[in-house]
Formats: sequence, structure tokens, C-alpha cells
Amino acid sequence: MCREVRKNVLIMIGTAGSGHPGGSLSCVEIISTLYFGVMRVKPEDPNWPDRDRFVLSKGHAAPTLYAVLAEKGFFSKDLLPTLRKFGSPLQGHPDAKKTPGVEVSTGSLGQGLSMAVGMALAGKLDRKTYRVWALLGDGECQEGQVWEAAMAASHYKLDNLAAFIDFNGLQIDGRVEEIMNPSPLADKWRAFGWRVLEVDGHDVEALLEAASYASESLGAPTAIIARTVKGKGVSFMEGQREWHGKAPKGEELSRALQEVAKS
Amino acid sequence: MKATREAYGETLVELGREHPEIVVLDADLSSSTMTSKFAKEFPERFFNFGIAEANMMGAAAGLARSGKVPFASTFAVFASGRAYDQVRQSIAYPGFNVKIAASHGGLTVGPDGASHQALEDVALMRVIPGMTVIVPADAEETRQVVRWAAAHDGPVYIRLGRSPVPDVFPQGAKIQPGKASVVKDAKGRGFGEMRPEGERDGLDADVAILANGIMVSKCLEAWEILTAEGIKSVVVDVAFVKPLDEKTLIELAERCGAFVTAEEHSVIGGLGGAVTEFLSENRPCPVVRVGVRDRFGQSGTPEELLVEYGLTPGHVAEAARKAVRLKWAV
Repeated sequence: MCREVRKNVLIMIGTAGSGHPGGSLSCVEIISTLYFGVMRVKPEDPNWPDRDRFVLSKGHAAPTLYAVLAEKGFFSKDLLPTLRKFGSPLQGHPDAKKTPGVEVSTGSLGQGLSMAVGMALAGKLDRKTYRVWALLGDGECQEGQVWEAAMAASHYKLDNLAAFIDFNGLQIDGRVEEIMNPSPLADKWRAFGWRVLEVDGHDVEALLEAASYASESLGAPTAIIARTVKGKGVSFMEGQREWHGKAPKGEELSRALQEVAKS
Repeated sequence: MKATREAYGETLVELGREHPEIVVLDADLSSSTMTSKFAKEFPERFFNFGIAEANMMGAAAGLARSGKVPFASTFAVFASGRAYDQVRQSIAYPGFNVKIAASHGGLTVGPDGASHQALEDVALMRVIPGMTVIVPADAEETRQVVRWAAAHDGPVYIRLGRSPVPDVFPQGAKIQPGKASVVKDAKGRGFGEMRPEGERDGLDADVAILANGIMVSKCLEAWEILTAEGIKSVVVDVAFVKPLDEKTLIELAERCGAFVTAEEHSVIGGLGGAVTEFLSENRPCPVVRVGVRDRFGQSGTPEELLVEYGLTPGHVAEAARKAVRLKWAV
């Protein structure tokens, strides 16, 4: 599954000629695990009121979300190569109006967790049992709004909410700890009243376990800090910051696809 | 006399009784925005987000996505400025059904000074695609547009004021939200003394004065000044800055041929901007804008500030004279 998603992500970004391979590849296991092992959704009824919700706060990883949604049957996989093309429902960053299964529109970093807070509040208010999952980048945690949302989530005891942090250690200008160090990240979330778990973000079993820990509903939201590798699965992209926002071309794309196929 | 924010707070409570899906959000200003009335009656449907406006707007988006009808309130300067990106990206871009009711718009915030006097909020909100922007003139109009907003599907920005304003509309007036309201015609008839349909001769005047918010009642005073001078004017309340009532603007352009706009806002981008843009493309005629001329506010009493920044009936009358002169100069 993850191999298929990785392949599609690379083809999509390669075909588009632009996009964000690094941060898309680092969260393949997280998003795939959620949609295929954790969340209750109905692809044929994307707005089913009792569905679990996923918010991709780091909107630039849209290709991974699209690839997983297509895999899950929210829309045809034929659409995937239209990513970023004029008239396509698959916009460069997620557009809730255009794409079935996309809950909210993101792309301007730091906003997704607040929207997830709103959804979780509505769930509590309506006494629904759905859960809300958000995915943030580690660099994204530099945005102040993330911490406003973190404060509100624990204030309102939103134990139906969990946030994955895709801790790949890189952002556009360099290593996250050099640009604006968010460490100690786990302590920060803890200090904001969250339950915190640190896992290997590429280990599906560990992610499943983390999701089940987060689903215990013990009166507080859960942050799952997922250690990942930016560009995971493609040797020449792994840990390389220049692959944050660059599309693989010709030879690069075929090499990348070969590597993913062999993995 | 009643402040529009007060009418908002009361209407929210009524709406709360009728509509269980309405939720109210505030950012530590509930006793000023008057959402505290709703909070008292429906504590489980009221969410205080503390001094964190960006998060409040994002949470409003999430609540709307989950079928709630959120009213999010704070001061206009924070709703439109502090949380601009959240309003744009999280709320308006996906077209979520969030109502932003922002109090303390304009100079009449008074002594708090420029930091708290929003003079750009209407411009900021108007430029966002799909956003409806409403500036009601008095308590009655506030009640009616808040009700309209609750029933309307889509993002709405309602600008409310801190200070009490005179009643422009009689209680129960049949205001048509979205339509410009003639509150004084050239024959001196007010909104409560509506002409029978078809009899529109009261709109034949030398100048049409368009206003919203606190400026509507100031323009009614200007009407008296102008009438005494023999200048015939029509005062029109244009609460909906967006979408504009284009049909009425065209009719007034044909009948009057000159306009004044008056608002407690920058002359850039608000009602004056909207009217000028529309008319210049469709029915060019002189428009003289009364508003704040590209300046920040300052501390003072509302009355002192309105004089200093040119927002008195006298200023409106002067603008009307200029508009009439320009019309004949063309």
C-alpha cells in the first residue's frame, strides 16, 4: 500500500513538474495507516456525519493525501496525474470545495489544528463518537497559532482529537533545529496538557499502536511525534532539504520509481 | 439610542433559542461584543478562546464544517487584521458558513485610540471572494441583518459599533437585507412612510447620499442642512457593502446624477471604494467620499474624533455641494 502511494506521489509531482516530494514522502505511512487501519469513513458518502475526520495541516503534502484518498476510493486514480493542472480538482494545496474527502482547505501553515479543534468541539457538542486526526509538520510548529490551538484543545478536554507531528527535521531553509528550534517538542506538547507519544513514523505497527493509544479518550488530546525521514524511500531525496519543493525530472523520476518499486 | 453591538447580543440570544445549531465564539471580549448574553443563556454552546483570535477563526471553520452555524466575535480590528489569513484561508476559501460579528468598528471606539479603531476592516473583508460585508445603521437594522446572516449560507462579516446610535429604522420596519434602503427621499419621506410601489419621484434629487453605520443618522442631519439651502437630496442606507445593490445605484445615478458616500472607515476600499468602482464602470458620475482620509485614528471622545476626521453632518453637506458642482461642471 505505502509503496503504491509513494509511487503515485512521485508520478503526480513528476507529471505536475512542481510540488513537494520531501514532506509528502515522509508522511506516507502516517496518512495510509490512518485511512486504512484507523479511520471510519465512507468514500461513497464523503460527508457522512459520523465519519472520522482527517485534517492535513501541512497542506503541501497534498499529493500523499490525494493518493491515499484515491486508493481508498474517494475518487478515481485517473485523476492523480492532473495534480496542479488547470481545471483539476487536485489543487496544489488541499481545497475542500473541489476534492471529495478533503475536509478543509489548508496550505497556509499553522491553521489546520484550529480547524480540527472546531470539529472536535462539534463532535463533543453533538455527542458523536467520531475522532479527529490532524497532521502537522515539525517546521509548522513554529507557527504561533499551533500553540493557540494546542491550548484550546486541552482546555476543552478534546480527547477525541489527536495530532501527528511529521518530525522529519527539515524545512525549506535548512534543518529545523537550526532555523528555529522547536525542541523539546514533546515537552512542549506535554506542557500544553497533551498526552504525548513518540514513534517511528515509518513503522505501520507502531503508528497503529499510537492511534489506539490516542483513541483511549482519557480527557486530553494526544500528540504523536512521528520521527520520519524527509524524502523517505528515495535515496537521493532522503534527508536532503533541496527536495522540499522540487519535482523530480526524467532520469530522476525513473530512478526514484525504481527505488520505490524495489522497497 | 442603542449601540448596534447591544442589538447583536440580544438577537443572538433569540436566535439561540430558535436554532440549536448556532454556536458563539469569542476571544476574551464577550462583555464588550455582547456575546456574554448568549454565553449566560447557552453556556454549552459558547466557546471562549481567550486572547487568540487566529485560533478562534480556525475553530469556527471547523465547527461550520461540522454543521454548526458559528458566530465569531471580537473587535473589528482583530477580526479583520489579526486573523486575516485565517478568515481568508480557513473560512472564506472553502466557503464555510461562519458569521464574523465584529464590534468596535471605526473611530467612535474613542479613548482607546488608533490601535483599537478599525478603519480598514471593511476593505479587508470586502476584497475576499464570497464574503458578504454588512454595516448596519442602528439597532433595528442590526437585528434584521443578524437574522438574515444566520439564515444565509456562506461567510458574512458584520461590523458593529461601540457607541449608542439614534434609531434610523422604526421597530419592525420591513427592511430587505441586501437592498439599499431609502431612509429619506427628496420630499422628506422617511423609511416608515414608504411610497406606494411605482411612485418613485421622491428619488429625483440633486444628489444621492449613500451611507452606512453611524453615518446614516449624520446624513439625515445633513439632509436638513441641504434642504434649507434648496439642495434636494436622498439619503440611502447601504448596509450591504458587498454585494452592492447595483440596481438601486443605477436608478439613483439616473435620477440624481451625483453621489456622496459616507462611512466611519477609510475612504479607501469601503463603501466609497465599492460605489466608485461600480459607477465608474457602469454609469460614471461624480462621487464625493466622506470618510477617513488615509490616516490612523487617535484617542478622544467620539464627538471630537468625528469632527477631527471630517465625519459630521456639516462635512456630508459640504461633500454634497461639491458633488452637485462637479455634476454641472462635467
